Amino acid sequence: MSVEDRWLLPEGIEEILPPAASRLEGLRRRLIDLYTSWGYELVMPPLIEFLESLLTGTGNDLELQTFKLTDQLSGRMMGVRADMTPQVTRIDAHLLKRDGPARLCYMGTVLRTRADGFGGSRSPYQAGVELYGHRGYESDLEVLTLMLETLAVANIADVHLDLGHVAIFRELVRQAGLDHDQEKILFEALQRKALPEIRRQLMAWRLAPSAERLLSHLAELNGDMAVLTEAEALLAGTGAAIDAALVTLRRLVTALQRYRPELPIHIDLAELRGYHYHTGVLFSAYVPGRGHAVAQGGRYDEIGQVFGRARPATGFSTDLATLLRLSEPPGRIHRGIYAPDTDDPALERQVVSLRMQGERVVRALSGGAETPPGLGCDRILVRRGEEWVVAPVPEEPVGQGRIH
Amino acid sequence: MAAPLTIALSKGRIFQETLPLLAAAGIVPTDDPETSRKLILDTDQPDVKLVIIRATDVPTYVQYGAADLGVAGKDVLLEHGGEGLYEPLDLRIARCRLMVAGRPDQPLRWHRPRIATKFVNIARRYFADQGRQVEIIKLYGSMELAPLVGLADYIVDVVDTGNTLKANGLAPLEHIADISSRLIVNKAAMKMKHARIKAITARMAVAVGD
Repeated sequence: MSVEDRWLLPEGIEEILPPAASRLEGLRRRLIDLYTSWGYELVMPPLIEFLESLLTGTGNDLELQTFKLTDQLSGRMMGVRADMTPQVTRIDAHLLKRDGPARLCYMGTVLRTRADGFGGSRSPYQAGVELYGHRGYESDLEVLTLMLETLAVANIADVHLDLGHVAIFRELVRQAGLDHDQEKILFEALQRKALPEIRRQLMAWRLAPSAERLLSHLAELNGDMAVLTEAEALLAGTGAAIDAALVTLRRLVTALQRYRPELPIHIDLAELRGYHYHTGVLFSAYVPGRGHAVAQGGRYDEIGQVFGRARPATGFSTDLATLLRLSEPPGRIHRGIYAPDTDDPALERQVVSLRMQGERVVRALSGGAETPPGLGCDRILVRRGEEWVVAPVPEEPVGQGRIH
Repeated sequence: MAAPLTIALSKGRIFQETLPLLAAAGIVPTDDPETSRKLILDTDQPDVKLVIIRATDVPTYVQYGAADLGVAGKDVLLEHGGEGLYEPLDLRIARCRLMVAGRPDQPLRWHRPRIATKFVNIARRYFADQGRQVEIIKLYGSMELAPLVGLADYIVDVVDTGNTLKANGLAPLEHIADISSRLIVNKAAMKMKHARIKAITARMAVAVGD
């Protein structure tokens, strides 16, 4: 290792420096306040735990993404969390054991073996909420609204919402009688909206004409609100599960249009992200200029089963570092008071008093060549008789930065 | 003005064969990439731009949203993995086949044959699916040379007429996939600009005869 590369960080591992670090912390505090004001309680799951609990439920897809190591005490495998959702689910199912709904929120760094996405970080700063114990559209709407509020608190404008529901595909596959391998092939082609492949594949399987027609139509059921109307007509009479899914989507859309008429909504009934654990509505937020979703969530009922207690659940998560990059940084305003390097009890009292009032007061160090602007200060403390008072920084440059 | 729309294309055959399809969707470039040195071409629609890049870079540009739409060969998509992309339309242009080729006069070598290719992911997947253990050698061009000079036993490459293979004493041995170019779409663009993208896709689909 040469001297030059000794301080390089591993690929995709980020550290956050001033001024971004204080912006991130500010955002984190505002979000905790937001979630608290909605009745969500903060939980702090551990950085590392046994692999079995990390990779169950919503963690099923995270096998490759999780850093693993052996616990020297028990000989068991441990994993560094790649996603906090399975941890929060474990906490709800196993530790809190509440009968009614539980509202939990969480924030923290997760670690991934591979960066997903562009300029990808392997150490995103995950934030999210989960609502357990309620089955119904109201909890979906609450979590979805809170996702939109989160983006608003992060000063992200021009948000587009994408809505889907996994039950429609799942039920159509069941009715068509596809086996597990066929479902996998179709799922994979749907993820790419590879229409020619889907049509060819469905034809080759010789399904019932109605099943083939509905499944091949599914890939095209995406677009504006008209798609939902189209789906309601197309899928009428295909069973209670699909009816329920369409009713949920319709109610969500109606509520969103009433309370957020300006929000662009896109419907995509073939969007099946997290298909292995999601059971209901899916939602993601997109913003112009970014090729990936910036926040996403959905319903994943019965996941707690593996921890001994099945509970309905819905939630969303996002990466604060991504949100920070997308939000306009406010023009950097330097606010602070420069206190000269003078030994005077009156100055000392004034500095303490100003700091108590929430002012940022920076002491000059002896022999230093610090200037008020250099320390990010827009005001200085000057002596008027026995008192020290706050005054604007003098216009003319001050020699050597020492002000007496 | 609506949000601009960027379409990624590669020079040469794909560009030439995509032009009539774009024209059917009402998009006509005002510069010619063969003569112009510009990398971003204007079109007759002020909010539609074409970016001209290497064929293998097209999925990357579209995946990360640097371009909203793109035209890429299925070979390039298979090699890239196609993650994060929609590929709603087979444009049925730039058709060819992806083949395993080698010297027809040589006995098949079954134990760890060496495969020279630029499609390392496709080759690895293809042989792994058959339970055949192979060594992959990544090359960037002139694959046909590798078996002649003893660098590899077989090659995996796209074959159009087969003339280059024949001229070098090679023959196609196994068929991996039929290749044609696809219209690819960035996932976020599909959700935020769906009206325009769907309109373009529909008009191109008619032109293709889909």
